[in-house]
Amino acid sequence: MSWETKIGGAIGLVVLVTICIGVLFFFGSLVPRKFKRSAVILIFAGPALLLVMVGLVIPAIRTLILSFKGANNPSPHWVGWANYDWLFHDPDIHVVLRNTVLWIAISPAVATLTGLGLAVLIDKMRRESIPKSLIFAPMAVSFVGASIIWGVIYQHDQTGVLTAIAHDLGWKNPPYWLLWKPWNNFLLMVILIWIETGFAMVLLSAAIKGIPNDVIEAAELDGASGWKQFTDITVPMIRPTLIVVLTTIMIATLKLFDIIAATTGGNYNTSVLSFEMYNQTFIIRNTGRGAALAIILFLGVTPVLIYNMIILRRERQIR
Amino acid sequence: MSTPVAGVVVPEQEERRAIVPKEPHRKVTNPWVAAVVIGITILWTIPIFGLAITSIRPKADVQNSGWWEFFFHPNATLQNYHDVIAGTGASNSSIAPYFINSIAITIPATLIPLMLGAMVAYCLAWVRFRGATFVFFAIFALQIVPLQLALVPLLQLFSTGVHIGGQSILPLAFTWHTHTASVSQLHTFTLIPYHGFHGAGLAGYLQVWIAHTMFGLPLIIFLLFSFMSQLPGDLIEAAQVDGADQFTIFRRIVLPLSTPALASVAIFQFLWVWNDLLVATVFTDGTPDHMPITARLVQLTGSLGSSQELLTAGAFIAIIVPLCVFFALQRYFVRGLLAGSVKS
Repeated sequence: MSWETKIGGAIGLVVLVTICIGVLFFFGSLVPRKFKRSAVILIFAGPALLLVMVGLVIPAIRTLILSFKGANNPSPHWVGWANYDWLFHDPDIHVVLRNTVLWIAISPAVATLTGLGLAVLIDKMRRESIPKSLIFAPMAVSFVGASIIWGVIYQHDQTGVLTAIAHDLGWKNPPYWLLWKPWNNFLLMVILIWIETGFAMVLLSAAIKGIPNDVIEAAELDGASGWKQFTDITVPMIRPTLIVVLTTIMIATLKLFDIIAATTGGNYNTSVLSFEMYNQTFIIRNTGRGAALAIILFLGVTPVLIYNMIILRRERQIR
Repeated sequence: MSTPVAGVVVPEQEERRAIVPKEPHRKVTNPWVAAVVIGITILWTIPIFGLAITSIRPKADVQNSGWWEFFFHPNATLQNYHDVIAGTGASNSSIAPYFINSIAITIPATLIPLMLGAMVAYCLAWVRFRGATFVFFAIFALQIVPLQLALVPLLQLFSTGVHIGGQSILPLAFTWHTHTASVSQLHTFTLIPYHGFHGAGLAGYLQVWIAHTMFGLPLIIFLLFSFMSQLPGDLIEAAQVDGADQFTIFRRIVLPLSTPALASVAIFQFLWVWNDLLVATVFTDGTPDHMPITARLVQLTGSLGSSQELLTAGAFIAIIVPLCVFFALQRYFVRGLLAGSVKS
């Protein structure tokens, strides 16, 4: 296909969908008054909600069913809890679960704390926009791009930054970094932290600027030191944003697939749940086990999901 | 990319500035603070910088010394970019078609969910129907649910279609028999010439377009709802009194007023689709006809692993587009991020 066909087709589709919506609107406006309301709801919400149902809700339910079925897709055999049994007893999956727990325990916390530190420091600076956008910029880079960027740093020979530093520190024979169990997991986490710190900083910085000035002035009058101001005023005042940042990065961490796929391919004991789900389903071709892993992944996000629902409900009641 | 989650009450930055301007005396930069911030900024910038430098060094240099040696022996070339784009040297195929695929995937996968999402958001915010609250909470929950949960069944749906009573509903196909004296023949007429994973031509993009639209909608609807529900109600009621129907109000009042929100959501979805790997890997066929640049780069990390100079040039081509969009439209991006997580 020529590039004109590809781009033309893409634009053509957008035009087609726009025309379809236009036609729907036209006929919708002709509907007699009595049925107008239903027509409006059907036209406005119908297409998107149908897509969400077909693309997310129904497949999610089907995945739950698949997790109780056998390997081949689509498998007619019910295997009961066998896939879950495998999941909790296979030593390889233990490594995967261990890694996932490590990722969730470490990278969101480090990214949030670094972001918080930067936000506090940057708030004290006069020209904050340049460092802010440079630290935020990795957010625009794909995980794949970031993995290649860090691949340059983790090169095992003398061309790698990390190896060069190790040599300078007198470490004569550093290992192949990404093969170095179990520390390779931490090296991969650095990539995610590099990306998410900017996100944490931008959100927390906005929250810090939202703290009323009189509160800070009162503390200053009372002679509170910088550290005391930070622990007694700043942190409690921005606690809700801190939780949002932390949980958001946690969810991103749990869904993480790209970094593993672009660096180790899940080898050398670096696989995590979301990558293993892909691996079991599409490489090993065991849909049952893949589905069981997807369900575990979903269970992992449920606490955050429930927490957010409670907050959202409270907020809507206030309004 | 991470998705913002709703939740908290913090007054917004600009508003506060308008009420109480911050006094200048708190803004005197402490040199230690400045040093630490500048140090961290440099640390955060070095990785991308190293990528850019590596990509313009000759092959021999890249293989023998680290990129920082460039400053002692400056030796720049555009040969690596020429090689990856023309498909010469160690890279035996051009990266250009994959780059075009990324554009072809991103345009509809950004604009179509944006249009559909804006319609639902308006409906939830201003038409208010029975079950609207339930729909809103469901949408909110779905933006957190990992899309891994939907991959396999959706892929199955794409490859086999939906059949009801022997008739295929999706993709739209009709079958019928013709009988002549000797043979009975089966005919199939397909409205969308699309054959699951092996879709040729433009149809091969269809499933990745649809998948991105489906997966992007919950976050888009949620963010646009947050914005649209804050629009002044008097304006919309006045229009209703004047006899305008919902279609007119949406087109003439709500859409123009929502431009900033639409812009920031468009940037989100653009970055997400352009940078995505998982959806692209699962829903495209892995040929130069349909595979986007991210998926190609992952292939290249295997085959060009020893040719860092080419790999970095390819990666730089892939990341320069979102970086430009990001730096040009950063204001909108940050505003969208704050709207999703910080309520005023």
